[in-house]
Amino acid sequence: MIELQGLTKRYGEKLAVDGLTCTVRPGIVTGFLGPNGAGKSTTMRMMLDLDRPTHGTVLIDGQHYRQLRDPLRTVGALLDAKAMHGGRSAHNHLLCLAQSNGIPRARVREVLDTVGLASVAGKRSKGFSLGMGQRLGIAGALLGDPQILMFDEPVNGLDPEGIHWIRNLMKNLAAQGRTVFVSSHLMSEMALTADHLIVIGQGRLLADTSMADFIKQNSRSYVRLRSPEVERLLDVLAGAGVTAVTTEDGHLEVDGTEAAELGELAARHRLVLHELSPQQASLEEAFMQLTAESVEYHAHSAPPGADAPPDAAGPPGVAAAPPGGGWGADWQKKKGS
Amino acid sequence: MAVVAQVLQSEWTKIKSVRSTVWTLGLALVVTVALGALISAFTSSNFNQMPLKERVNFDPTFTSFAGMGLGQLAMIVFGVLVVSNEYSTGMIRTSLAAVPQRGTFLFSKITVAALVAFVIAMATSFVSFFIGQAMLADHRTSIGDAHVLRAVIGGGLYMTLIAVFSMGIAAMLRSPMLSLGILMPFFFIISNILGAVSATKKVAQYLPDQAGRKVMQVVTIADDAPYGPWGGFAIMALWVVAALAGGYAVLKRRDA
Repeated sequence: MIELQGLTKRYGEKLAVDGLTCTVRPGIVTGFLGPNGAGKSTTMRMMLDLDRPTHGTVLIDGQHYRQLRDPLRTVGALLDAKAMHGGRSAHNHLLCLAQSNGIPRARVREVLDTVGLASVAGKRSKGFSLGMGQRLGIAGALLGDPQILMFDEPVNGLDPEGIHWIRNLMKNLAAQGRTVFVSSHLMSEMALTADHLIVIGQGRLLADTSMADFIKQNSRSYVRLRSPEVERLLDVLAGAGVTAVTTEDGHLEVDGTEAAELGELAARHRLVLHELSPQQASLEEAFMQLTAESVEYHAHSAPPGADAPPDAAGPPGVAAAPPGGGWGADWQKKKGS
Repeated sequence: MAVVAQVLQSEWTKIKSVRSTVWTLGLALVVTVALGALISAFTSSNFNQMPLKERVNFDPTFTSFAGMGLGQLAMIVFGVLVVSNEYSTGMIRTSLAAVPQRGTFLFSKITVAALVAFVIAMATSFVSFFIGQAMLADHRTSIGDAHVLRAVIGGGLYMTLIAVFSMGIAAMLRSPMLSLGILMPFFFIISNILGAVSATKKVAQYLPDQAGRKVMQVVTIADDAPYGPWGGFAIMALWVVAALAGGYAVLKRRDA
Protein backbone atom coordinates (compact mmCIF):
# COMPACT_ATOMS: atom_id res chain seq x y z
CA MET A 1 0.00 0.00 0.00
CA ILE A 2 1.24 3.47 -0.85
CA GLU A 3 -0.01 6.52 1.04
CA LEU A 4 0.53 10.05 -0.23
CA GLN A 5 -0.02 12.71 2.41
CA GLY A 6 -0.21 16.32 1.28
CA LEU A 7 2.54 15.68 -1.24
CA THR A 8 3.78 18.96 -2.69
CA LYS A 9 6.64 19.80 -5.03
CA ARG A 10 7.56 23.33 -5.97
CA TYR A 11 10.07 24.26 -8.66
CA GLY A 12 10.74 27.93 -8.09
CA GLU A 13 7.45 29.70 -8.67
CA LYS A 14 5.74 26.70 -10.18
CA LEU A 15 3.81 24.13 -8.18
CA ALA A 16 4.35 20.82 -9.97
CA VAL A 17 2.46 18.79 -7.38
CA ASP A 18 0.02 20.50 -5.08
CA GLY A 19 -1.05 18.86 -1.84
CA LEU A 20 -1.75 15.41 -3.23
CA THR A 21 -3.36 13.06 -0.71
CA CYS A 22 -4.48 9.61 -1.78
CA THR A 23 -3.93 5.92 -1.15
CA VAL A 24 -2.91 3.23 -3.61
CA ARG A 25 -4.31 -0.10 -2.48
CA PRO A 26 -3.11 -3.65 -3.07
CA GLY A 27 -4.90 -6.23 -5.19
CA ILE A 28 -6.01 -3.85 -7.91
CA VAL A 29 -4.52 -1.88 -10.77
CA THR A 30 -4.63 1.82 -9.93
CA GLY A 31 -4.45 4.12 -12.91
CA PHE A 32 -2.72 7.45 -12.44
CA LEU A 33 -4.10 9.71 -15.09
CA GLY A 34 -3.40 13.24 -16.16
CA PRO A 35 -2.47 15.30 -19.18
CA ASN A 36 1.18 15.92 -20.05
CA GLY A 37 2.86 18.07 -17.43
CA ALA A 38 0.23 17.31 -14.78
CA GLY A 39 2.89 16.15 -12.33
CA LYS A 40 2.59 12.37 -12.72
CA SER A 41 6.29 11.65 -13.18
CA THR A 42 7.30 14.11 -10.45
CA THR A 43 4.90 12.35 -8.08
CA MET A 44 6.34 8.96 -8.98
CA ARG A 45 9.89 10.21 -8.50
CA MET A 46 8.96 11.51 -5.06
CA MET A 47 7.49 8.12 -4.20
CA LEU A 48 10.92 6.60 -4.87
CA ASP A 49 12.72 9.32 -2.93
CA LEU A 50 14.48 10.50 -6.09
CA ASP A 51 13.00 13.98 -5.72
CA ARG A 52 12.52 15.56 -2.31
CA PRO A 53 8.97 16.77 -1.65
CA THR A 54 8.64 20.43 -0.69
CA HIS A 55 5.94 19.36 1.77
CA GLY A 56 4.20 16.14 2.64
CA THR A 57 5.31 12.53 2.68
CA VAL A 58 4.93 9.21 0.93
CA LEU A 59 4.65 6.08 3.01
CA ILE A 60 5.27 2.64 1.55
CA ASP A 61 3.63 0.07 3.84
CA GLY A 62 4.03 2.66 6.59
CA GLN A 63 7.72 3.37 5.92
CA HIS A 64 9.65 5.98 3.99
CA TYR A 65 11.27 4.65 0.85
CA ARG A 66 14.79 5.27 2.12
CA GLN A 67 14.05 3.25 5.26
CA LEU A 68 13.36 0.11 3.24
CA ARG A 69 15.96 -2.61 3.45
CA ASP A 70 16.66 -3.86 -0.09
CA PRO A 71 13.98 -1.58 -1.61
CA LEU A 72 13.79 -3.50 -4.90
CA ARG A 73 12.29 -6.40 -2.95
CA THR A 74 9.44 -4.13 -1.82
CA VAL A 75 8.92 -1.72 -4.73
CA GLY A 76 9.70 -2.29 -8.38
CA ALA A 77 9.51 0.71 -10.66
CA LEU A 78 9.73 1.47 -14.34
CA LEU A 79 10.32 5.19 -14.68
CA ASP A 80 11.64 5.79 -18.14
CA ALA A 81 12.73 3.23 -20.65
CA LYS A 82 16.25 4.54 -21.04
CA ALA A 83 17.24 4.90 -17.37
CA MET A 84 20.19 2.60 -18.00
CA HIS A 85 23.75 2.69 -19.29
CA GLY A 86 23.57 1.87 -22.99
CA GLY A 87 27.02 0.31 -23.00
CA ARG A 88 26.07 -2.36 -20.48
CA SER A 89 24.45 -5.61 -21.57
CA ALA A 90 20.89 -6.38 -20.51
CA HIS A 91 22.16 -9.16 -18.27
CA ASN A 92 24.80 -7.01 -16.56
CA HIS A 93 22.36 -4.14 -16.12
CA LEU A 94 20.03 -6.42 -14.17
CA LEU A 95 22.91 -8.16 -12.39
CA CYS A 96 24.25 -4.95 -10.83
CA LEU A 97 20.72 -4.08 -9.66
CA ALA A 98 20.23 -7.58 -8.24
CA GLN A 99 23.56 -7.51 -6.39
CA SER A 100 22.84 -4.16 -4.76
CA ASN A 101 19.71 -5.64 -3.17
CA GLY A 102 20.99 -9.12 -2.42
CA ILE A 103 18.81 -10.75 -5.07
CA PRO A 104 20.18 -14.10 -6.32
CA ARG A 105 21.85 -14.10 -9.75
CA ALA A 106 19.47 -16.79 -11.06
CA ARG A 107 16.61 -14.32 -10.80
CA VAL A 108 18.19 -12.21 -13.59
CA ARG A 109 17.72 -15.08 -16.05
CA GLU A 110 14.14 -15.58 -14.87
CA VAL A 111 13.02 -12.00 -15.41
CA LEU A 112 14.78 -11.84 -18.78
CA ASP A 113 12.70 -14.87 -19.77
CA THR A 114 9.54 -13.28 -18.39
CA VAL A 115 9.93 -10.15 -20.51
CA GLY A 116 11.11 -12.06 -23.57
CA LEU A 117 14.65 -10.68 -23.72
CA ALA A 118 16.54 -13.91 -22.93
CA SER A 119 17.89 -14.12 -26.48
CA VAL A 120 19.50 -10.66 -26.30
CA ALA A 121 20.72 -10.93 -22.68
CA GLY A 122 24.34 -10.42 -23.71
CA LYS A 123 23.63 -7.51 -26.07
CA ARG A 124 24.33 -3.93 -25.07
CA SER A 125 21.12 -2.04 -24.44
CA LYS A 126 22.31 0.83 -26.65
CA GLY A 127 21.09 -1.12 -29.67
CA PHE A 128 17.67 -1.85 -28.20
CA SER A 129 14.48 -0.41 -29.65
CA LEU A 130 12.28 1.70 -27.41
CA GLY A 131 10.05 -1.32 -26.84
CA MET A 132 12.98 -3.56 -25.88
CA GLY A 133 14.29 -0.87 -23.52
CA GLN A 134 10.83 -0.73 -21.99
CA ARG A 135 10.84 -4.50 -21.49
CA LEU A 136 14.28 -4.35 -19.87
CA GLY A 137 13.00 -1.61 -17.55
CA ILE A 138 10.03 -3.83 -16.65
CA ALA A 139 12.43 -6.73 -16.01
CA GLY A 140 14.24 -4.45 -13.56
CA ALA A 141 10.96 -3.67 -11.82
CA LEU A 142 10.09 -7.37 -11.48
CA LEU A 143 13.61 -8.35 -10.35
CA GLY A 144 13.02 -8.26 -6.58
CA ASP A 145 9.59 -9.95 -6.85
CA PRO A 146 8.12 -6.87 -5.10
CA GLN A 147 4.63 -6.49 -3.65
CA ILE A 148 4.38 -2.97 -5.06
CA LEU A 149 4.89 -2.12 -8.73
CA MET A 150 4.97 1.28 -10.34
CA PHE A 151 4.99 1.85 -14.08
CA ASP A 152 5.32 5.28 -15.67
CA GLU A 153 3.72 5.21 -19.14
CA PRO A 154 4.57 1.54 -19.68
CA VAL A 155 2.94 1.15 -23.10
CA ASN A 156 5.05 3.90 -24.66
CA GLY A 157 6.90 2.52 -27.64
CA LEU A 158 5.45 -0.97 -27.36
CA ASP A 159 3.94 -2.70 -30.38
CA PRO A 160 0.35 -4.04 -30.15
CA GLU A 161 1.60 -7.43 -28.99
CA GLY A 162 3.70 -5.73 -26.34
CA ILE A 163 0.78 -3.59 -25.20
CA HIS A 164 -1.40 -6.66 -24.86
CA TRP A 165 1.36 -8.37 -22.89
CA ILE A 166 1.86 -5.49 -20.44
CA ARG A 167 -1.90 -5.19 -19.84
CA ASN A 168 -2.12 -8.86 -18.91
CA LEU A 169 1.03 -8.62 -16.84
CA MET A 170 -0.40 -5.76 -14.77
CA LYS A 171 -3.71 -7.53 -14.28
CA ASN A 172 -1.96 -10.73 -13.22
CA LEU A 173 0.29 -8.90 -10.79
CA ALA A 174 -2.75 -7.27 -9.21
CA ALA A 175 -4.61 -10.57 -9.12
CA GLN A 176 -1.71 -11.98 -7.07
CA GLY A 177 -2.57 -9.36 -4.45
CA ARG A 178 0.15 -6.87 -5.40
CA THR A 179 -0.21 -3.11 -5.53
CA VAL A 180 0.00 -1.96 -9.15
CA PHE A 181 0.27 1.76 -9.84
CA VAL A 182 0.42 2.77 -13.48
CA SER A 183 0.49 6.22 -15.02
CA SER A 184 -0.87 7.16 -18.40
CA HIS A 185 -2.21 10.12 -20.29
CA LEU A 186 -4.57 7.90 -22.27
CA MET A 187 -7.98 7.26 -20.76
CA SER A 188 -8.73 4.56 -23.30
CA GLU A 189 -5.68 2.62 -22.12
CA MET A 190 -6.69 2.93 -18.48
CA ALA A 191 -10.26 1.87 -19.20
CA LEU A 192 -8.88 -1.50 -20.28
CA THR A 193 -6.57 -2.13 -17.35
CA ALA A 194 -7.29 -0.04 -14.28
CA ASP A 195 -9.74 -0.91 -11.50
CA HIS A 196 -9.27 2.39 -9.74
CA LEU A 197 -8.49 5.86 -11.03
CA ILE A 198 -6.55 8.75 -9.59
CA VAL A 199 -6.78 11.76 -11.89
CA ILE A 200 -4.58 14.81 -11.49
CA GLY A 201 -4.28 18.08 -13.38
CA GLN A 202 -1.70 20.79 -12.70
CA GLY A 203 -0.55 18.81 -9.70
CA ARG A 204 -3.96 18.75 -8.02
CA LEU A 205 -6.15 15.77 -7.32
CA LEU A 206 -9.19 15.92 -9.64
CA ALA A 207 -10.71 12.51 -9.03
CA ASP A 208 -10.07 9.46 -6.87
CA THR A 209 -12.68 6.93 -7.83
CA SER A 210 -13.24 3.35 -8.89
CA MET A 211 -13.21 2.75 -12.63
CA ALA A 212 -16.78 1.40 -12.49
CA ASP A 213 -18.06 4.59 -10.85
CA PHE A 214 -16.14 6.75 -13.27
CA ILE A 215 -17.69 4.92 -16.23
CA LYS A 216 -21.18 5.07 -14.70
CA GLN A 217 -20.88 8.79 -14.09
CA ASN A 218 -19.20 9.77 -17.27
CA SER A 219 -20.29 7.50 -20.09
CA ARG A 220 -23.53 9.37 -20.79
CA SER A 221 -25.61 7.85 -23.55
CA TYR A 222 -28.16 10.01 -25.28
CA VAL A 223 -30.08 10.35 -28.52
CA ARG A 224 -29.48 13.15 -30.96
CA LEU A 225 -32.37 14.54 -32.94
CA ARG A 226 -32.51 16.96 -35.82
CA SER A 227 -35.68 18.24 -37.35
CA PRO A 228 -36.76 21.18 -39.58
CA GLU A 229 -39.64 21.70 -37.11
CA VAL A 230 -37.69 22.06 -33.90
CA GLU A 231 -40.35 24.03 -32.04
CA ARG A 232 -43.08 21.44 -32.73
CA LEU A 233 -40.73 18.63 -31.87
CA LEU A 234 -39.93 20.24 -28.54
CA ASP A 235 -43.67 20.58 -27.77
CA VAL A 236 -44.28 16.95 -28.66
CA LEU A 237 -41.40 15.79 -26.52
CA ALA A 238 -42.51 17.95 -23.62
CA GLY A 239 -46.04 16.59 -23.99
CA ALA A 240 -44.70 13.05 -23.70
CA GLY A 241 -42.69 13.99 -20.58
CA VAL A 242 -39.32 13.79 -22.31
CA THR A 243 -36.75 16.50 -21.55
CA ALA A 244 -34.66 17.65 -24.48
CA VAL A 245 -31.71 19.98 -24.55
CA THR A 246 -31.08 22.22 -27.54
CA THR A 247 -27.45 22.45 -28.55
CA GLU A 248 -25.73 25.44 -30.16
CA ASP A 249 -25.99 24.03 -33.66
CA GLY A 250 -29.72 23.39 -33.41
CA HIS A 251 -29.68 19.71 -32.45
CA LEU A 252 -31.75 18.25 -29.70
CA GLU A 253 -30.27 15.85 -27.21
CA VAL A 254 -32.43 13.51 -25.18
CA ASP A 255 -31.25 11.53 -22.19
CA GLY A 256 -32.79 8.35 -20.93
CA THR A 257 -35.18 7.54 -23.77
CA GLU A 258 -34.57 4.93 -26.44
CA ALA A 259 -34.10 6.06 -30.05
CA ALA A 260 -36.87 3.69 -31.21
CA GLU A 261 -39.35 5.20 -28.79
CA LEU A 262 -38.51 8.74 -29.95
CA GLY A 263 -38.86 7.72 -33.59
CA GLU A 264 -42.28 6.26 -32.99
CA LEU A 265 -43.32 9.35 -31.06
CA ALA A 266 -42.28 11.58 -33.97
CA ALA A 267 -44.06 9.34 -36.47
CA ARG A 268 -47.31 9.46 -34.50
CA HIS A 269 -47.18 13.27 -34.72
CA ARG A 270 -46.16 13.17 -38.40
CA LEU A 271 -42.92 15.05 -37.66
CA VAL A 272 -40.05 15.05 -40.15
CA LEU A 273 -36.77 13.99 -38.60
CA HIS A 274 -33.46 14.55 -40.37
CA GLU A 275 -31.50 12.73 -37.77
CA LEU A 276 -32.21 10.23 -35.05
CA SER A 277 -29.01 8.76 -33.68
CA PRO A 278 -28.01 7.14 -30.41
CA GLN A 279 -24.77 8.65 -29.05
CA GLN A 280 -22.27 7.55 -26.45
CA ALA A 281 -19.89 10.06 -24.87
CA SER A 282 -16.52 8.36 -24.68
CA LEU A 283 -14.47 8.09 -21.50
CA GLU A 284 -11.74 9.96 -23.33
CA GLU A 285 -14.12 12.91 -23.70
CA ALA A 286 -15.10 12.67 -20.05
CA PHE A 287 -11.45 12.68 -19.06
CA MET A 288 -10.69 15.63 -21.31
CA GLN A 289 -13.56 17.58 -19.80
CA LEU A 290 -12.37 16.75 -16.31
CA THR A 291 -8.87 17.97 -17.04
CA ALA A 292 -9.66 20.70 -19.57
CA GLU A 293 -9.25 23.42 -16.98
CA SER A 294 -5.83 22.18 -16.06
CA VAL A 295 -4.28 21.27 -19.40
CA GLU A 296 -1.00 23.08 -19.45
CA TYR A 297 0.08 22.83 -23.05
CA HIS A 298 -2.65 23.58 -25.54
CA ALA A 299 -2.38 22.97 -29.23
CA HIS A 300 -3.95 25.70 -31.30
CA SER A 301 -5.67 24.58 -34.45
CA ALA A 302 -7.18 27.99 -35.19
CA PRO A 303 -5.25 31.25 -35.32
CA PRO A 304 -5.39 32.90 -31.92
CA GLY A 305 -8.44 35.09 -31.52
CA ALA A 306 -10.04 33.98 -34.78
CA ASP A 307 -13.14 32.55 -33.21
CA ALA A 308 -12.53 33.13 -29.56
CA PRO A 309 -15.59 34.10 -27.61
CA PRO A 310 -15.35 37.62 -26.21
CA ASP A 311 -15.20 36.41 -22.60
CA ALA A 312 -11.99 34.51 -23.24
CA ALA A 313 -10.11 37.68 -24.04
CA GLY A 314 -10.31 38.76 -20.45
CA PRO A 315 -11.29 42.08 -18.97
CA PRO A 316 -9.82 45.21 -20.52
CA GLY A 317 -6.48 46.15 -19.06
CA VAL A 318 -5.47 42.56 -18.45
CA ALA A 319 -2.82 41.57 -20.96
CA ALA A 320 -3.73 37.92 -21.27
CA ALA A 321 -6.44 35.67 -20.01
CA PRO A 322 -5.28 33.20 -17.36
CA PRO A 323 -4.17 30.14 -19.34
CA GLY A 324 -6.27 27.62 -17.39
CA GLY A 325 -9.66 29.26 -17.23
CA GLY A 326 -9.66 31.22 -20.49
CA TRP A 327 -8.45 28.56 -22.87
CA GLY A 328 -10.20 25.74 -21.08
CA ALA A 329 -13.51 27.58 -21.30
CA ASP A 330 -12.90 28.24 -24.96
CA TRP A 331 -12.18 24.60 -25.58
CA GLN A 332 -15.23 23.43 -23.66
CA LYS A 333 -17.50 25.76 -25.55
CA LYS A 334 -16.39 24.50 -28.92
CA LYS A 335 -16.28 20.85 -28.01
CA GLY A 336 -19.03 20.77 -25.40
CA SER A 337 -22.10 18.70 -26.09
CA MET B 1 19.22 0.20 4.64
CA ALA B 2 21.24 -1.16 1.83
CA VAL B 3 24.09 -3.38 2.85
CA VAL B 4 27.44 -1.85 1.95
CA ALA B 5 28.97 -5.17 0.82
CA GLN B 6 26.09 -5.64 -1.65
CA VAL B 7 26.51 -2.14 -3.05
CA LEU B 8 30.27 -2.58 -3.43
CA GLN B 9 29.68 -5.81 -5.35
CA SER B 10 27.11 -4.07 -7.53
CA GLU B 11 29.45 -1.19 -8.29
CA TRP B 12 32.19 -3.67 -9.19
CA THR B 13 29.83 -5.28 -11.70
CA LYS B 14 28.98 -1.84 -13.08
CA ILE B 15 32.58 -0.76 -13.52
CA LYS B 16 33.75 -3.92 -15.23
CA SER B 17 30.77 -4.16 -17.56
CA VAL B 18 31.38 -0.95 -19.51
CA ARG B 19 34.06 -0.48 -22.13
CA SER B 20 35.12 3.01 -21.04
CA THR B 21 36.84 1.49 -17.98
CA VAL B 22 39.15 -0.61 -20.13
CA TRP B 23 40.03 2.05 -22.68
CA THR B 24 40.56 4.94 -20.27
CA LEU B 25 42.73 2.97 -17.86
CA GLY B 26 44.50 1.19 -20.71
CA LEU B 27 45.24 4.54 -22.31
CA ALA B 28 46.53 5.96 -19.02
CA LEU B 29 49.03 3.10 -18.72
CA VAL B 30 50.15 3.02 -22.35
CA VAL B 31 50.51 6.80 -22.75
CA THR B 32 52.37 7.29 -19.48
CA VAL B 33 54.77 4.42 -20.08
CA ALA B 34 55.41 5.14 -23.76
CA LEU B 35 55.92 8.88 -23.35
CA GLY B 36 58.09 8.33 -20.25
CA ALA B 37 60.26 5.86 -22.17
CA LEU B 38 60.55 8.22 -25.12
CA ILE B 39 61.55 11.22 -23.05
CA SER B 40 63.96 9.12 -20.96
CA ALA B 41 65.67 7.87 -24.12
CA PHE B 42 65.84 11.38 -25.54
CA THR B 43 67.26 12.77 -22.29
CA SER B 44 69.86 10.04 -22.14
CA SER B 45 71.16 10.73 -25.62
CA ASN B 46 71.26 14.49 -25.07
CA PHE B 47 72.53 14.43 -21.50
CA ASN B 48 75.92 15.95 -22.29
CA GLN B 49 74.37 18.91 -24.14
CA MET B 50 72.18 19.82 -21.16
CA PRO B 51 73.10 22.94 -19.07
CA LEU B 52 75.19 22.23 -16.00
CA LYS B 53 72.41 23.22 -13.58
CA GLU B 54 70.06 20.65 -15.09
CA ARG B 55 72.74 17.99 -15.04
CA VAL B 56 73.48 18.63 -11.35
CA ASN B 57 69.80 18.52 -10.41
CA PHE B 58 69.02 15.62 -12.71
CA ASP B 59 66.27 13.37 -11.28
CA PRO B 60 66.22 10.08 -13.17
CA THR B 61 63.12 8.85 -11.30
CA PHE B 62 61.06 11.95 -12.09
CA THR B 63 62.30 11.90 -15.70
CA SER B 64 60.88 8.42 -16.17
CA PHE B 65 57.49 9.81 -15.01
CA ALA B 66 57.51 12.45 -17.76
CA GLY B 67 54.51 10.73 -19.41
CA MET B 68 52.25 11.29 -16.41
CA GLY B 69 51.41 14.85 -17.45
CA LEU B 70 49.58 13.43 -20.45
CA GLY B 71 48.66 10.06 -18.96
CA GLN B 72 46.83 11.72 -16.07
CA LEU B 73 44.32 13.09 -18.58
CA ALA B 74 43.15 9.51 -19.25
CA MET B 75 42.86 9.03 -15.48
CA ILE B 76 40.72 12.19 -15.34
CA VAL B 77 38.48 10.82 -18.11
CA PHE B 78 38.14 7.56 -16.18
CA GLY B 79 37.23 9.37 -12.95
CA VAL B 80 34.74 11.67 -14.66
CA LEU B 81 33.03 8.94 -16.70
CA VAL B 82 32.66 6.54 -13.78
CA VAL B 83 30.49 9.09 -11.96
CA SER B 84 28.90 11.22 -14.67
CA ASN B 85 27.86 8.22 -16.80
CA GLU B 86 25.14 7.67 -14.23
CA TYR B 87 23.71 11.10 -15.01
CA SER B 88 24.25 11.24 -18.75
CA THR B 89 22.55 7.88 -19.30
CA GLY B 90 19.70 8.30 -16.78
CA MET B 91 21.01 5.24 -14.90
CA ILE B 92 21.18 7.40 -11.74
CA ARG B 93 17.41 7.10 -11.20
CA THR B 94 17.58 3.31 -11.43
CA SER B 95 20.67 3.25 -9.19
CA LEU B 96 19.19 5.47 -6.49
CA ALA B 97 15.89 3.59 -6.54
CA ALA B 98 17.94 0.46 -5.79
CA VAL B 99 20.17 2.19 -3.21
CA PRO B 100 18.33 5.19 -1.75
CA GLN B 101 21.09 5.89 0.79
CA ARG B 102 22.96 8.38 -1.33
CA GLY B 103 26.12 8.40 0.76
CA THR B 104 26.37 4.61 0.60
CA PHE B 105 25.81 4.75 -3.15
CA LEU B 106 28.38 7.47 -3.90
CA PHE B 107 31.13 6.28 -1.60
CA SER B 108 30.76 2.63 -2.61
CA LYS B 109 31.09 3.68 -6.23
CA ILE B 110 34.13 5.85 -5.48
CA THR B 111 35.76 3.16 -3.32
CA VAL B 112 35.50 0.57 -6.06
CA ALA B 113 36.64 2.98 -8.78
CA ALA B 114 39.52 4.24 -6.62
CA LEU B 115 40.71 0.68 -5.98
CA VAL B 116 40.64 -0.12 -9.69
CA ALA B 117 42.46 3.15 -10.44
CA PHE B 118 45.00 2.39 -7.70
CA VAL B 119 45.93 -0.98 -9.19
CA ILE B 120 46.41 0.48 -12.67
CA ALA B 121 48.18 3.59 -11.35
CA MET B 122 50.69 1.54 -9.35
CA ALA B 123 51.35 -0.71 -12.32
CA THR B 124 51.77 2.39 -14.50
CA SER B 125 54.21 3.97 -12.08
CA PHE B 126 56.39 0.89 -11.65
CA VAL B 127 56.44 -0.01 -15.34
CA SER B 128 57.23 3.62 -16.25
CA PHE B 129 60.06 3.63 -13.75
CA PHE B 130 61.72 0.42 -14.90
CA ILE B 131 61.36 1.09 -18.63
CA GLY B 132 62.43 4.71 -18.14
CA GLN B 133 65.54 3.67 -16.20
CA ALA B 134 66.43 1.15 -18.88
CA MET B 135 66.24 3.97 -21.45
CA LEU B 136 68.35 6.28 -19.29
CA ALA B 137 71.17 3.70 -19.40
CA ASP B 138 74.24 5.32 -17.78
CA HIS B 139 72.21 8.02 -16.04
CA ARG B 140 69.78 5.67 -14.36
CA THR B 141 68.99 5.22 -10.71
CA SER B 142 67.96 2.08 -8.86
CA ILE B 143 64.82 1.26 -6.90
CA GLY B 144 67.04 0.56 -3.90
CA ASP B 145 68.51 4.07 -3.79
CA ALA B 146 67.40 6.57 -1.16
CA HIS B 147 63.84 7.89 -1.65
CA VAL B 148 63.40 6.18 -5.02
CA LEU B 149 60.89 3.56 -3.88
CA ARG B 150 58.91 6.31 -2.09
CA ALA B 151 58.81 8.31 -5.34
CA VAL B 152 57.64 5.34 -7.41
CA ILE B 153 54.88 4.47 -4.94
CA GLY B 154 54.13 8.19 -4.82
CA GLY B 155 53.66 8.20 -8.61
CA GLY B 156 50.99 5.51 -8.27
CA LEU B 157 49.27 7.37 -5.44
CA TYR B 158 49.37 10.63 -7.42
CA MET B 159 47.63 9.06 -10.43
CA THR B 160 45.04 7.45 -8.12
CA LEU B 161 44.22 10.73 -6.41
CA ILE B 162 43.91 12.56 -9.73
CA ALA B 163 41.20 10.03 -10.67
CA VAL B 164 39.43 10.32 -7.29
CA PHE B 165 39.56 14.13 -7.42
CA SER B 166 37.89 13.96 -10.84
CA MET B 167 35.18 11.71 -9.39
CA GLY B 168 34.40 14.32 -6.75
CA ILE B 169 34.26 17.12 -9.33
CA ALA B 170 32.03 15.01 -11.60
CA ALA B 171 29.67 14.30 -8.69
CA MET B 172 29.35 18.05 -8.21
CA LEU B 173 28.94 19.02 -11.86
CA ARG B 174 27.13 15.87 -13.13
CA SER B 175 27.74 16.62 -16.78
CA PRO B 176 30.67 14.72 -18.32
CA MET B 177 31.34 17.45 -20.88
CA LEU B 178 31.40 20.20 -18.28
CA SER B 179 33.61 18.20 -15.91
CA LEU B 180 36.10 17.27 -18.63
CA GLY B 181 35.96 20.78 -20.06
CA ILE B 182 37.11 22.15 -16.74
CA LEU B 183 39.50 19.44 -15.52
CA MET B 184 41.45 18.68 -18.70
CA PRO B 185 42.56 22.23 -19.55
CA PHE B 186 43.13 22.96 -15.89
CA PHE B 187 45.54 20.10 -15.28
CA PHE B 188 47.15 20.10 -18.69
CA ILE B 189 47.62 23.84 -19.30
CA ILE B 190 46.39 26.29 -16.66
CA SER B 191 48.13 24.72 -13.66
CA ASN B 192 51.42 24.60 -15.58
CA ILE B 193 51.16 28.22 -16.68
CA LEU B 194 50.36 29.38 -13.14
CA GLY B 195 53.32 27.36 -11.86
CA ALA B 196 55.71 28.83 -14.44
CA VAL B 197 54.81 32.50 -13.97
CA SER B 198 56.70 33.93 -10.99
CA ALA B 199 53.77 36.10 -9.86
CA THR B 200 51.45 33.13 -9.38
CA LYS B 201 54.02 30.50 -8.52
CA LYS B 202 53.63 30.86 -4.76
CA VAL B 203 49.90 30.16 -5.00
CA ALA B 204 50.10 27.57 -7.77
CA GLN B 205 52.29 25.31 -5.70
CA TYR B 206 49.25 24.61 -3.52
CA LEU B 207 47.19 23.36 -6.49
CA PRO B 208 46.43 19.64 -6.21
CA ASP B 209 48.63 18.46 -9.05
CA GLN B 210 51.65 20.63 -8.24
CA ALA B 211 51.57 19.77 -4.56
CA GLY B 212 50.96 16.10 -5.25
CA ARG B 213 53.76 15.83 -7.77
CA LYS B 214 56.29 16.50 -5.02
CA VAL B 215 56.01 12.94 -3.76
CA MET B 216 57.26 11.62 -7.12
CA GLN B 217 60.50 13.59 -6.99
CA VAL B 218 63.75 12.29 -5.54
CA VAL B 219 65.99 15.30 -6.18
CA THR B 220 64.49 18.50 -4.81
CA ILE B 221 65.78 21.93 -5.69
CA ALA B 222 66.72 24.08 -2.68
CA ASP B 223 64.47 27.15 -3.27
CA ASP B 224 61.42 25.00 -3.86
CA ALA B 225 58.09 24.58 -2.06
CA PRO B 226 57.63 24.99 1.69
CA TYR B 227 56.48 21.37 2.06
CA GLY B 228 58.13 17.98 1.77
CA PRO B 229 57.07 15.03 -0.40
CA TRP B 230 54.41 13.77 1.98
CA GLY B 231 53.43 17.31 2.93
CA GLY B 232 52.68 17.98 -0.73
CA PHE B 233 50.80 14.72 -0.97
CA ALA B 234 48.73 15.69 2.08
CA ILE B 235 47.80 19.00 0.40
CA MET B 236 46.61 17.07 -2.64
CA ALA B 237 44.68 14.68 -0.39
CA LEU B 238 42.91 17.67 1.19
CA TRP B 239 41.82 18.83 -2.26
CA VAL B 240 40.45 15.35 -2.90
CA VAL B 241 38.55 15.29 0.40
CA ALA B 242 37.07 18.71 -0.41
CA ALA B 243 35.97 17.55 -3.89
CA LEU B 244 34.36 14.43 -2.45
CA ALA B 245 32.60 16.41 0.27
CA GLY B 246 31.28 18.80 -2.37
CA GLY B 247 30.12 15.90 -4.54
CA TYR B 248 28.36 14.27 -1.59
CA ALA B 249 26.69 17.54 -0.58
CA VAL B 250 25.32 18.03 -4.11
CA LEU B 251 24.08 14.44 -4.41
CA LYS B 252 22.48 14.59 -0.98
CA ARG B 253 20.64 17.83 -1.62
CA ARG B 254 19.65 17.80 -5.27
CA ASP B 255 16.88 15.86 -6.96
CA ALA B 256 18.09 12.95 -9.05
